[in-house]
Amino acid sequence: MPVSRLMKCMMLRAFAALAVASFFPISPALPSTRRSKDADEAMRQAKLFQKKLSKDQQILHALDRLTFGPRPGDVAHVKKVGLKKWIDLELHPERIQENPDLEAKLQPLESLRMTPLEAVQHYPTPQMIRAIAAGRQPMPDDPVLRASIQRLIVRYKVNKEAATGGKGGAAFDPNADMEPAKKLEEVLDASELQTLRNGKPDQKRELLQSMPPDKLEDVLIALPRGQRQQLFNNSPVDVQRKIMLLNSPQQVVAYDLLESKLLRAIESNRQLAEELDDFWFNHFNVYYDKGSDRFLIPDYEREAIRPHVLGKFRDLLEATAKSPAMLFYLDNFQSVRPDIDANSKNRRVKRGLNENYGRELMELHTLGVNGGYTQHDVTEVARCFTGWTIQDPRRGGSFLYDDKLHDKGEKMVLGNVIPAGGGIEDGERVLDILATHPSTAKFISTELAQRFVADNPPQSLIDKMSKTFLDTGGDIRQVMKAMLDSKEFWSQGSFRAKVKTPFEMVASSVRALDANVTDAWALANQVGNLGEPLYRKQEPTGYSNLNSDWVNSAALLGRMNFAVQLTQNRVQGVKVAASPPAEMIGSPDFQRR
Amino acid sequence: MTSRRVFLKGSALAMFGVGSLPTWLSRSVYADDGSERRKKILVAIFQRGAVDGLNVVIPFGEQRYYELRPSIAIPKPDGTPNSAVDLDGFFGLHPSLAPLKPMFDAQQLAIIDAVGSPDPTRSHFDAQDYMESGTPGYKATNDGWMNRALPKPDGPVSPVRAVSLGSSLPRSLRGRNDALAVNNLNDFQVRDPKAAASFETMYEHTLDTMLHGTGKETFGAVKIMQSIQKQPYSAANGAKYPNGRFGQSLQQIARLIKADVGLEVAFADIGGWDTHVNEAGAQPAVGQLANILSDFGQSLAAFYQDLGDRTEDVAVVTMSEFGRTAKENGNRGTDHGHANVMFVMGGGIRGGKVYGDWPGLAEEQLNEGRDLALTTDFRDVLGELVAKHLGNPNLKAVFPGYENPRFRGLLG
Repeated sequence: MPVSRLMKCMMLRAFAALAVASFFPISPALPSTRRSKDADEAMRQAKLFQKKLSKDQQILHALDRLTFGPRPGDVAHVKKVGLKKWIDLELHPERIQENPDLEAKLQPLESLRMTPLEAVQHYPTPQMIRAIAAGRQPMPDDPVLRASIQRLIVRYKVNKEAATGGKGGAAFDPNADMEPAKKLEEVLDASELQTLRNGKPDQKRELLQSMPPDKLEDVLIALPRGQRQQLFNNSPVDVQRKIMLLNSPQQVVAYDLLESKLLRAIESNRQLAEELDDFWFNHFNVYYDKGSDRFLIPDYEREAIRPHVLGKFRDLLEATAKSPAMLFYLDNFQSVRPDIDANSKNRRVKRGLNENYGRELMELHTLGVNGGYTQHDVTEVARCFTGWTIQDPRRGGSFLYDDKLHDKGEKMVLGNVIPAGGGIEDGERVLDILATHPSTAKFISTELAQRFVADNPPQSLIDKMSKTFLDTGGDIRQVMKAMLDSKEFWSQGSFRAKVKTPFEMVASSVRALDANVTDAWALANQVGNLGEPLYRKQEPTGYSNLNSDWVNSAALLGRMNFAVQLTQNRVQGVKVAASPPAEMIGSPDFQRR
Repeated sequence: MTSRRVFLKGSALAMFGVGSLPTWLSRSVYADDGSERRKKILVAIFQRGAVDGLNVVIPFGEQRYYELRPSIAIPKPDGTPNSAVDLDGFFGLHPSLAPLKPMFDAQQLAIIDAVGSPDPTRSHFDAQDYMESGTPGYKATNDGWMNRALPKPDGPVSPVRAVSLGSSLPRSLRGRNDALAVNNLNDFQVRDPKAAASFETMYEHTLDTMLHGTGKETFGAVKIMQSIQKQPYSAANGAKYPNGRFGQSLQQIARLIKADVGLEVAFADIGGWDTHVNEAGAQPAVGQLANILSDFGQSLAAFYQDLGDRTEDVAVVTMSEFGRTAKENGNRGTDHGHANVMFVMGGGIRGGKVYGDWPGLAEEQLNEGRDLALTTDFRDVLGELVAKHLGNPNLKAVFPGYENPRFRGLLG
């Protein structure tokens, strides 16, 4: 039975915890005595990084670090394949057959495959609705889309009337539905109606699943808004999406992103690639709730991040630099040469330099805050990127280099002269300088080691990884390989040294219990409640990778409550087979990886 | 099943809880005992993202301000809701902060201008970290100023003496003294009593020191929170908190204060101040900054109202990692700058005054030719509150490396 096996595995870990528990100090001393204590601590940690792991520990460690937590049977699987070969496969995800169940579950999440333009058209903002209402843009063909947009247009018209005091100034109900073309009674027979109104959740679900698509759409359109929303929790994913499209189209992209993020972490066969997708997205963080980013993010993750997670850092860097999502998030799309006349009569010409991207590019994406740049470099880099903008930023446009907005003067970046008269190549040259800089090699290596090894990775490891970074022209796969070939990775200093982030904790729980996930929306909300709302980190730093940022009273209580809910089958869309004890998931040991 | 029993074994201690109140909870320890005065409470508020202090407290008396900010400067006070609220003939409040004017007039709100961290960094992350550690320029500090500011206890220590509202514990409160992160006071518990008991045992016995320590703090505090949850609560004196996270955080702090459970320091934060673009909307007094300032101002005003005469025990201090460029940028916004503004409010504060030495906005007066220069170190403000309000004289331990704080006379 998987549960008892896991309990055994837990005990084994509790035992292992004996070995590692002692190196986390809880009470920093006063400054006067701190130095010697810190020195002792550093010594002890250094020794732990010399101590080897047993064969069994190695397998557990590999699963903890390179996957979102072991499932029942994974240890045996790795043993069978052989640890070395298994790791080599994880480093080459293209050679791993993806899980067909996962692919089937991702199929209905169509916004993941859309261009920003398609996303804008399918999930319109209020401004877009107005444009369609005014006839400036065409109505979509899809009947559900059309119905949802028509409903919103009606709302817009009534709003306008209310605002102008028309029609006797009657109170406007923003939730009012428009008259459906077919009434519910015309679409459903008496017994179906009965089921839909008074049936048990499973019966409702079955009924909806059995309908042909046309009929389903008629039913959903005919339902009053409130009843539609009530059906949401018990509906299959494709029906949920249709409900969302009708009730709140702007939520659909978030829904698809969250579903896919959780489902992939839990069910993908390419686990390391998913770990790295999370790592790099967080490294090049963008924020869902900043304006246009809402419909730019699926394209960003799919085109800029995922293809490069084990590729060349320079390619990844340029893909993010030219992505509309990043250009919008860090304001570079508005940054123009400083001498454009601020009082220009042409209101569409934007004015002046914006340093936001230039600064974060060096501080967070490449060199690191102590990487040796100055305020002068920030301004010069910002000048190099003037004119890197978005064509029609509010309407899903793509990257555009606009030479008219570019600062043609000479610039000096980190001691390199960038001659006057350049164009798009000024920014590209900056990316070259940064991607090959020793500070970048060190910073990226440290960040990777903090995620995959320990909060304070040994200098010897960082040196090896940095050297590989520089020797291979920033080949991420080779840097990962250098880390995975190191004795530091396979040491007691690394074993169980990391506290799981909320995302890792939730995904690993579902994996450990081998639970069946039909809908990951509720799980994603749990991750948010635990302090890591996915795609919603407002600051460009991304989420922290350090233990101390995830251990506190609110977080622990949240994790324990999640454990209770999950093991008692009270998380929507997730089914746990046996009834495992909540202690398994809420225990101190389970919080580590 | 056997394994489950192992977990439950020895959990008798854990079963103690709901209903039976620990002795240090009784009000007398903190409040009614005539021999002991009520504990003072310090509430720190962090405005994350670097608020544009020059558009919060407007130096309308300086013409240069209007030259530097042609499209985002707040107009001189003219009595309309789109102009600054006059404080002293030179400085004025952003109109969205009008709800704070009565506190200024009642001399319970003090403003310190041209204040901040002396470290020149313009990195949000580093600057916040320095301000919260209380050691600008020194990265190795591993605890926070507010944790170190807790006075040495002279009796039993309440598990809720240091509380932060939110799902993570901020750097300011990390350290040797127990400190809680509380997401929602009403839901600070394990919802299944049986599981709660066995979790308590597991965290009690784990050899993982980090999780053991936090687990212990957590379960100690759960019992107090359960007692507070039973007391009915609504905001007093007609106070209306905004619905956002910040207002709700302040409301929960007020509730903790009024419950007399031994709170000494509390922390809340509010984000969204990084206004590189469209800081001001169609007019300078509306837009992104105006919106967030109204949430900020209304929340603080509601907190002050709600506390009523308990403001006598409370001091609130606000801070942000750095200010923003004196000159507006090309996008009706501002970039990262240097000195900023802080608010201090409370019953014991000598308010009704803008403190600090105004450095001026002429090019040669600006820091690096672009930002408001710094004339008051933020530790001068915090240090005075720690020493005079919290009554902890050992400032050398609270702000190591800062030998001679210059008190501004914010408290008597």
